[in-house]
Amino acid sequence: MKYLQRTSFLLLISVLIPFALRAQVTNERLLHATDEPQNWLTYSGSYMSQRHSSLKQLDPANVKNLELKWVFQAQSLQKFETTPLVVDGVMYLTQSPNDVVAVDAKSGRVFWLYHYATSPASRPCCGIVNRGLAILGDTLFMATVDAHLIAIDSKDGHAIWNVKLAEAAAGYAMTMAPLVVKDKVIVGVAGGEFGVRGFISAFEAQTGKQAWKFDTIPDPDQPGHDTWRGGDWEHGGGAVWMTGSYDPDLNLTYWGTGNPGPDWNAEQRPGDNLFSDSVLALDPDTGKMKWYFQFTPHDPYDYDSVQVPVLVNSNWNGAPRKLLMWANRNGFFYVLDRATGKFLNGKPFVKVNWASGLDANGRPLATPQPAGATTYPGIQGGTNWYAPSYSPRTGLFYISAWENYGTIFAGVKADYVEGTRFTGGANASPIPGAENPTGTRTGPINTYTEAMGSGAVVAMDPATGDKKWKYEMHDVNTSGILTTDSDLLFVGGREGYFQALDARNGTLLWKQNLGGEIISGPMTYQVDGKQYVTICSGNSMFTFALRE
Amino acid sequence: MKIRWVAIRALGLVAAVCVLFFSHAPAAHAQGQDRAPEYYRADIQYGAQIFASQCTACHGVSGDVIPGVNFRAGVFKRVVSDNDLRATITTGVPGTEMRPFAFGASELTGIVSYLRNMNSADAKGAFIGNVARGKEIFNGAGNCAACHAVNGKGPRVAPDLGDVGALRTADLLRRKLVDPSDNLLPINRSVRAVTKDGKTINGRRLNEDTYTVQLVDEHERLVSLAKSDLREFAILQTTPMPSYKDKFSAQELADIEAYLLSLKGVK
Repeated sequence: MKYLQRTSFLLLISVLIPFALRAQVTNERLLHATDEPQNWLTYSGSYMSQRHSSLKQLDPANVKNLELKWVFQAQSLQKFETTPLVVDGVMYLTQSPNDVVAVDAKSGRVFWLYHYATSPASRPCCGIVNRGLAILGDTLFMATVDAHLIAIDSKDGHAIWNVKLAEAAAGYAMTMAPLVVKDKVIVGVAGGEFGVRGFISAFEAQTGKQAWKFDTIPDPDQPGHDTWRGGDWEHGGGAVWMTGSYDPDLNLTYWGTGNPGPDWNAEQRPGDNLFSDSVLALDPDTGKMKWYFQFTPHDPYDYDSVQVPVLVNSNWNGAPRKLLMWANRNGFFYVLDRATGKFLNGKPFVKVNWASGLDANGRPLATPQPAGATTYPGIQGGTNWYAPSYSPRTGLFYISAWENYGTIFAGVKADYVEGTRFTGGANASPIPGAENPTGTRTGPINTYTEAMGSGAVVAMDPATGDKKWKYEMHDVNTSGILTTDSDLLFVGGREGYFQALDARNGTLLWKQNLGGEIISGPMTYQVDGKQYVTICSGNSMFTFALRE
Repeated sequence: MKIRWVAIRALGLVAAVCVLFFSHAPAAHAQGQDRAPEYYRADIQYGAQIFASQCTACHGVSGDVIPGVNFRAGVFKRVVSDNDLRATITTGVPGTEMRPFAFGASELTGIVSYLRNMNSADAKGAFIGNVARGKEIFNGAGNCAACHAVNGKGPRVAPDLGDVGALRTADLLRRKLVDPSDNLLPINRSVRAVTKDGKTINGRRLNEDTYTVQLVDEHERLVSLAKSDLREFAILQTTPMPSYKDKFSAQELADIEAYLLSLKGVK
């Protein structure tokens, strides 16, 4: 019997090894992610980051027949901000603080769970959250709140390598989904409220060896340093906490940077404070910067420019052009030439009074408000990190917006102490005695008045910078947006409603109360011929498809 | 057609996937106070190695240097239960030279086992494994790497062993090496499923509920099956992994064990 068992064992191995060749997620697949809309291979669905799917099974006529197919309940009470990946019927998601879970995309049943014990020294500013993963081959990549980057086997959830990028105790953290380009994994660090010096760094996907590092706040030997006074740059912020985009033809990645430090006391750091509140075009092979564009020079409002860069190939003034579209936290919607960084157009998409407009180069015409007066938009901005969407069908750009939302800003001197908040502000709501609406809701009761702000989905015409339509919400809107080739638009919101709108005109087609704040981006995929749409609400992830 | 639920004993043949074994399970002996503690020779030996490298500087070889503490005589200042001992080791004793130690589960089991048996532990005849030699056997004569990956490198026919040294005790590892089927954990059993349309799927079970089962199949794909779609579903009771009891000497087994214990996962 033992002989038989041993023989069968060896036979089995000889049979199985040839089948070890698997359908891996190659660079080629990532480059053409939109050609396989049944999958969702990157944080925003493709390197263009349009969060748009060509799936059409769900459409305006049948979307009312959506029904819940499964729920995944996170083992966490933290905000659930992840956008999952789906690869050939398997969904990979993250739950706070830094767990990775592989589930069957049809049923939600779990294959495996990887748990990473984060350092107790980690101190992310705004919640112990994670927004998702990247994949290359059979390896998943996750950035952690204690500033590590971890490679994980997608088949069994084992860690392959783990590298530390920076000191968590000093305020460095990572919450973004990484970006894989060629053989590298690229990430940035959060920590803008702790006076960190931001950076973007690339690592070899196979080994975790660092390939390059780009500091977003230049030292005395780097261009842009002359926009800082003395040693202010050492704690200058410029954190990078959202996933970038990639243009393979130009071989450029695009990254948004956050506020300068301290956040609100701009007098403490005279100068434009490059490269805070900017978009950076970096070579993915070397980390060299080709161009930059600063949205908010010398920012006293915490107008992080970390929004997902949306790449669009379209006509501009009658000629084909590679465009970069950007709805900024500062309330302006921008169109840039992404080959050169040249400013093409920019208009406000919400109420703005900190600037009267933008000059020919896109630099704001600053109109600081008098002490005690309300500045629009407020601290959280006209939008924030919530993933926008662009539909090639409608040609419209869709933004989750905070409308009529203001703050009375008041900067105060801040002293830098490593690992403690370095924000320098005593800001207030324009409504006496009321709280200033913050980045997340702490309960189900909403007694905001209109003067405190409200939410909306705003559809912008990039060609003109004009609003085409607006879908208004009572509460502010913290959700990402998904559009499809059937002209559906999916969006959540702080109120917990998951909604389907007509992307052409903003008409509400379907809604479902999921009971918890929606603070992630919807995504869609298809398995065995059925299209699903997924969103996180509260502490759970919900997946819908058409009724059988 | 009604599903035939088959429990196959001593099969594991061609259809079976090479499932296995070193996987997630509680330590083999009691850690709490609900039953008498049991200590195993392999754990005691592993603990002796750790004690020699980590503890003797303060406690001495015989564990009697600190006043009021004599491990060999079973005299402790604060410790009553094994859980107390684990807690003291992992948290340290504030205000004293006893600092916290970040030991993993297998290391803690080993050192507690050794401390509880210092008076009777016999170093003679103990085979202290060599990690490098064990790795060589793992990748060579033992053919372990034909089925097991280590930290993502290698096949996934059987579980990745990259963190087995952090999860499994020395005793459990040794028993697996000499009698793998007898120590096969339920969570690591192979499954064989036949769909209603005749397709056979072999794999290593990852998860199961009333209506579905999740597995990694022989092509290393993650597969979820609805039981209502199956006409046959079998959980195999044995493993194709051979016993190394007669293949390797006691020293070589200790070498493999030492290598496996060194695999603490990616930090």
